Amino acid sequence: MGLLSDPNRRRALISMLTRLNAPICVVCYFAGVAWFMGLAFEPFTLRTYMSENAMGSTMVEERFPAGERALATGREFAAHKKKVGGMPVDWLVKNMQDRGLEVFTQSFSRTLPFPDENKERYIVKGTNVYGILRAPRAPRTEALVLSAPCSPGDNNNQAVGLLLGLAQYFRNQIYWAKDIIFLVNEHDLIGMQAWLEGYHHTNTTGMSWSPLQGRGGSIQAALSLELSSDVITSLDLVLEGLNGQLPNLDLANLFYAFCQKIGVLCTIQGKLQRNDWDSVSGYNHAVQTMMLMVMKQASGRPWGDHGLFLRYHIEAATIKGVNSFRQYKTDATTIGRLLEGMYRKLNNLLERLHQSYFFYLMPSLSHFVSIGYYMPAFGLLAVILLLRALDLWVQLNTPPSTTEDGVADIDQVRHTLLSVLTPLVISHLTGVALYALPIRFQETAVEHFPVSETEAVVLTAIAIYTAGLALPHNTHRYYIVSTVPDVRGWRVLKLVAVLYLAVLLGCTALINFSLGFILALTLVPLAAFVTPHVPKVLSAFILVILSPACTLLFSVFFFQELQDMPVSFQDGWLLYLSVISQGILDHSLYGSLVYPLIALLVYPCWLLFWNILFWK
Amino acid sequence: MLCYTSLDILDIQWIWQFFSSGHTNNWAVLVCTSRFWFNYRHVANTLSVYRSVKRLGIPDSHIVLMLADDMACNHRNPKPATVFSHKNMELNVYGDDVEVDYRGYEVTVENFLRVLTGRLPPSTPRSKRLLSDDRSNILIYLTGHGGNGFLKFQDSEEISNVELADAFEQMWQKRRYNELLFIIDTCQGASMYERFYSPNIMALASSQVGEDSLSHQPDLAIGVHLMDRYTFYMLEFLEDIHPASKTNMNDLFKVCPKSQCVSTPGHRTDLFLRDPGSVLITDFFGSVRKVELTMDAINLTDPIKQMEEDPVNGEEQKEVYSYADQLPVSEIIHQKPKQKDWHPPDGFILGLWTLILLVFFKTYGIKHLKHIF
Repeated sequence: MGLLSDPNRRRALISMLTRLNAPICVVCYFAGVAWFMGLAFEPFTLRTYMSENAMGSTMVEERFPAGERALATGREFAAHKKKVGGMPVDWLVKNMQDRGLEVFTQSFSRTLPFPDENKERYIVKGTNVYGILRAPRAPRTEALVLSAPCSPGDNNNQAVGLLLGLAQYFRNQIYWAKDIIFLVNEHDLIGMQAWLEGYHHTNTTGMSWSPLQGRGGSIQAALSLELSSDVITSLDLVLEGLNGQLPNLDLANLFYAFCQKIGVLCTIQGKLQRNDWDSVSGYNHAVQTMMLMVMKQASGRPWGDHGLFLRYHIEAATIKGVNSFRQYKTDATTIGRLLEGMYRKLNNLLERLHQSYFFYLMPSLSHFVSIGYYMPAFGLLAVILLLRALDLWVQLNTPPSTTEDGVADIDQVRHTLLSVLTPLVISHLTGVALYALPIRFQETAVEHFPVSETEAVVLTAIAIYTAGLALPHNTHRYYIVSTVPDVRGWRVLKLVAVLYLAVLLGCTALINFSLGFILALTLVPLAAFVTPHVPKVLSAFILVILSPACTLLFSVFFFQELQDMPVSFQDGWLLYLSVISQGILDHSLYGSLVYPLIALLVYPCWLLFWNILFWK
Repeated sequence: MLCYTSLDILDIQWIWQFFSSGHTNNWAVLVCTSRFWFNYRHVANTLSVYRSVKRLGIPDSHIVLMLADDMACNHRNPKPATVFSHKNMELNVYGDDVEVDYRGYEVTVENFLRVLTGRLPPSTPRSKRLLSDDRSNILIYLTGHGGNGFLKFQDSEEISNVELADAFEQMWQKRRYNELLFIIDTCQGASMYERFYSPNIMALASSQVGEDSLSHQPDLAIGVHLMDRYTFYMLEFLEDIHPASKTNMNDLFKVCPKSQCVSTPGHRTDLFLRDPGSVLITDFFGSVRKVELTMDAINLTDPIKQMEEDPVNGEEQKEVYSYADQLPVSEIIHQKPKQKDWHPPDGFILGLWTLILLVFFKTYGIKHLKHIF
């Protein structure tokens, strides 16, 4: 007979499962963590390679000559920006028209739900200026985008100058098969969101913008430029976008190939590559680079202006120029040549970039780990939840020690199910409160407490989160009193909670592996060990430490540590508060899903486990 | 009519050589099967062979040129209206008198096979037809992406070596060629000529089975590879040929050894009746009118006699050939006349009914018989 249909064998399998459950769970957990840490070890990674045949190798001749003129244009731009006190729209329009582009502007405005203290803005009004270089002989079906943000102060002037210089050079070439759109966006991400929404005729975030007068066909790829100095020592590539989405790996491969050809120093996550992978410090370096990418991806926010393109299936990356204390400097002409080479290769594309990976982690710019290699780390963690669920199912199905007649059994089952429903509903209502109330009641909070709106929102969120901890003591009153003491009630709740967590983390990991993995690292052990019978005070403490809010707090400190900028506790706490406010803002401005996910789904799940701990 | 008279031995040899090849006209079918900008080199290959063939005398009316994509007018070409075959843009093979017969999406396996076998719809213009006869020497050149036993057309279909061999057999049976030279420059090209079984075919390929044919040189200004190695060296070889040169096929077999080509070019001559050493390059690549000037008088003293047999000289007619009727239309259209009168049913149906009746009466008893009759 089969393994599962033979009752003897089944009984043996089940007994083995119940006996060995805890050891297997522990082994799986450590195996998952070890697998994840092993991903950065260089023999386990693959070298990057160009997958798209149409792009071929880097065999183009770059001839961009006008780096100095581009810098002069950048200085002019800076002067006009200071004079106008914002975006010098007229100067930009005239300049782009002089270079032979078709120029259009778009104005947009948005009132943030509460003031943004990081960037000091509340009611945002701005204008985007973009010029289209029409392909001389091709139909207007496809386009490429080069963008530079117009930032306040002295930032990114050289980027706009280089953009205009490249526009003039590109205009004189006849080999363009796609239109090239040169975009200068104001208020960085908000302006970019307005432009993209206008270009694709969608309106998902409630921004008001004027419709675009000129259009160029479907966008195949986009690059965003950030350059704030005349000379640079290295170029940094930023890939992480909104909701942890990444561009196609071929774009990173293209950048790396050209960096090698032209001889510019290129970094990712701001970290240089090292060749000594077999030494401990080399491995540490790779792990740090990979962890930085994981942290940035898990935060779900776009780390450059390119991050918003990814949602429209446009492969985009941001290239940042970094000027540090190194001897060898690269000038603007070389950066211009690198961009020229990249655009000539993107010009050769016949279809959108799709040959290479969309889900990957990069421990360095020349090595990558694809989804097939990193998913088992998460799978090992998810298996723990499934094993626990099986164990609970077995316990629930063993007949109870006291004999009952059929009627009482059914009653007990019904009461158990109803008693499970109550904590579920109440946890989710708390989640909804955590999602909706902070923004709604910020005026009331500001009236009653001496705090600014941003602080009001964040502190309301933390208050609701902490209030949820008091729930189990209050919800007991609403349980339906059953005649028979239901010792099994918490098991049913735990089974439901564990399966719910498994599905939730699985779906999250599919879309945003880093977020799913980080949540799994803390929530899975919590889900595995919590029962009403463990010591209450210690377990309550551990549960709070492993809750999503504390995970976020530790991640903030860890992230600063990884970037070699460790912070003190006070600064870290303020940073933590600003991270929460940025998360809420990202959700309402760009549609980031991290805050709703945590508030509406992960937090109620954690509350269920809190309920189980205090089950009476 | 030629006759044996009292001629010198040297004169006889010279006369033999004069009529050694047996063909009276030359055709060329040059096909490039791949499209897209990064396959620039395949179009450049084909145009280089076209250029050589035209230079050596085959006119456009006898060349069927099939190019699957237009590189000269591609939006990405920084030098529009040109296709270069040497880097630094020394040689523009697109020129100003290129006549492309099948262009773009017209280059399909079906069209290629129809051109070879002659089964084209009546509306096809003459420039798109291979109007060869049994005295034609045909050069067929294919280039593109290929594999073991197939050649890829246009990114969506393939022609197999078996199909090609059968097409050539059809050509032989319809007497559409005298001798055929087949050159292919693709990866694993030798697999394409493995299956040939028709006589008088000589084949060359740029690489053996399991080897890749490599491209020659990229041009950084244009941004693509310009030519494949085998065709590049073949073009260099052909540039030295002029209409009167006596270079033979053995020299063509030596073009692009492994040191230059990295792959091993192959050739196949077992189906060819003549010795390759006696086959001139211009027998296939050029259209040479055989003219010999002589200052001596040839004394034909004896009266002209009928030639008994002459196996090499194919100009005598032994028997009259006629084309086999490929499509006997009259037989197909001819239908059986409809039978308008009633005719008794088949014996089988009759027997079946008898059986049914017998079974009926057996089951229900013979007494019912009297109710019927």
